[in-house]
Amino acid sequence: MSRAETAAAVRTPRPLWTFGLLRSELLTTFRRWRTLALLGVLAAVPVLVGIAVRIETGDGGSFGGPGGGGEAGGGGPAFISQVSNNGLFLVFTALAATLPFFLPMAVGVVAGDAIAGEAGAGTLRYLLVAPAGRTRLLLTKYAAVLAFCLAATLVVALSALAVGALLFPLGDLTTISGTRIGYAEGLGRALLIALTVAASLVGLAALGLFVSTLTGSGIAAMATTVGLLITVQILDQIPQLHAVQPYFFSHYWLSFADLMREPVYWDDLVRNLGLQALYAAVFGSAAWARFTAKDITA
Amino acid sequence: MDEPSVTEPGRPERLERPERSERPVRASAEGAEVAGDAVAAEEAVAAGDAVIATRALTKRYRGGQLAVDGLDLTVPAGSVFGFLGPNGSGKTTTIRMLMGLIEPTSGTARVLGRPMPRAARAVLPRVGALIEGPALYGFLSGRDNLLRYDAADPTADPRTRRARVAAALDRVGLAAAAGKKAKAYSLGMKQRLGLAAALLQPRRLLVLDEPTNGLDPQGMREIRTLVRELAGDGTTVFLSSHLLDEIEQVCTHAAVMARGRLITQGPVAELAAGRRGRLVVTTPDTGDAARVLKERGAAGIVIAGDRVTAQPPDGDLADLNAALVAAGVRVRGFGTERASLEDAFVALTGEGFDVAG
Repeated sequence: MSRAETAAAVRTPRPLWTFGLLRSELLTTFRRWRTLALLGVLAAVPVLVGIAVRIETGDGGSFGGPGGGGEAGGGGPAFISQVSNNGLFLVFTALAATLPFFLPMAVGVVAGDAIAGEAGAGTLRYLLVAPAGRTRLLLTKYAAVLAFCLAATLVVALSALAVGALLFPLGDLTTISGTRIGYAEGLGRALLIALTVAASLVGLAALGLFVSTLTGSGIAAMATTVGLLITVQILDQIPQLHAVQPYFFSHYWLSFADLMREPVYWDDLVRNLGLQALYAAVFGSAAWARFTAKDITA
Repeated sequence: MDEPSVTEPGRPERLERPERSERPVRASAEGAEVAGDAVAAEEAVAAGDAVIATRALTKRYRGGQLAVDGLDLTVPAGSVFGFLGPNGSGKTTTIRMLMGLIEPTSGTARVLGRPMPRAARAVLPRVGALIEGPALYGFLSGRDNLLRYDAADPTADPRTRRARVAAALDRVGLAAAAGKKAKAYSLGMKQRLGLAAALLQPRRLLVLDEPTNGLDPQGMREIRTLVRELAGDGTTVFLSSHLLDEIEQVCTHAAVMARGRLITQGPVAELAAGRRGRLVVTTPDTGDAARVLKERGAAGIVIAGDRVTAQPPDGDLADLNAALVAAGVRVRGFGTERASLEDAFVALTGEGFDVAG
């Protein structure tokens, strides 16, 4: 038996080391200034919306009730008209305001940079020589990006909750269907909506990770991912493309509002989650195929 | 530079000695033959004799450029192996193939007796590497950089992680700067941190690609001392460089590459042999010195300024010096100029040491 084999027996991989790698990945992601800045911008959105609504409605005055705004264009419900009645609605408003662009842009930046940024800095080769293992590293990266999706959504939601509680009255709330639910249940719905919004970003995260395996430049990968996001969002507005729009990752994003119906209208929600899973599977596989066969020359 | 010295003895318990190679390092001519013979190569590897063995290793990049061409490299266990060649000669591509970062176009590479890149997960934890300079997370401290790299090693024990990181920092003289953000490091400090990453675990093989790049002379000396120390512990060191004197100073073996091909490999002494060192006497009395040297059997005497150089005769050079002094020659300097690897390189390649086109 060669010495190589005997020594290998001494140093066997530890069963839980993958979690150590994930922990390191999360620490690295969330200790970046860029990540914190993105989260800071996201936290500021509800503050701006809240202050704007507060100024608009004057001192304690009501914002005209449900009749005032009605259903504002497209799939976006007019949560904003309810904000002055109940601060909890600021959570829904803020998520609806950030989901089309701010949230996915932040996710695109983090996902696009995941592999390409490491390649550009040269740290990728040292992680692989450590050896982190390509499949594990990719899975860890994806897990970290998903954690960022969740963190970003929760930052928006919590910031909105805090601002809403500070500026507006709290209490029972009226669903889109017109029924009234208690504040506690409203909080539960808000959490559910935040989780749904985070899950809506899963597909884009996989797409960004795939783009990230194609290049050695973090900036290029971020720009490509965010560019794809904008393109898809624009195409989703062109009526002539009606036939393909249901396959755009962003098509059902605003379906989260259906969670505020009584009873909950599940069809689009399920379609959204299915579509995200499809994107994750397709682009996750593509990223894996690309990354495990790639020559690391950076 | 006021960084602490690398050579202090405070070596931590985790950096224990790797098992020493029982066999003496084989002579190179043998090594070269082994590389040429598949069966013998397999046997040598099985016996733990060759730490790196490649057979007809070839890499052609997508553009059609042949970066490495039929490389048969054998690195004996326990050696300090210099991997020499001008920039662009295929050294780094070879190292990347050995580390499993690049898939060879054809041929095989075995590291620690296992095929690469297939056995990367078993082999790489016992290999420390510095490839094409250090790469760091600028927004993390030096210590956190090492913690991250250590977390990527599946065999690293998280319980001893902090201690091992501290030990590695200490060993490269960075303990005082461990808490500083890596982006504030000087090039030399980054290089040291890269080395520390390679020393997080006891290793059987260290692959160091241009380890003294960016270091000042003091830093270079410290790194050389460190390399010798590690080699003394039984770690095989594979050192690539384009600096001939660096290889000459620390390496027991060397291989020379040019334009993707291996030109020669073997013990450094043998590579430089055939080009014997010249005797150099510095004196104002050049005529007398030349006469005495000639009487004592020195050949090829050349007088240039106040220097007399000659092929040294057989016998103790101290006697020759005594003879010079006895003959009234005022000797300012007396010694031999070693035949350099550079001479050997030029003789081998018939060209200068320039970037391959």
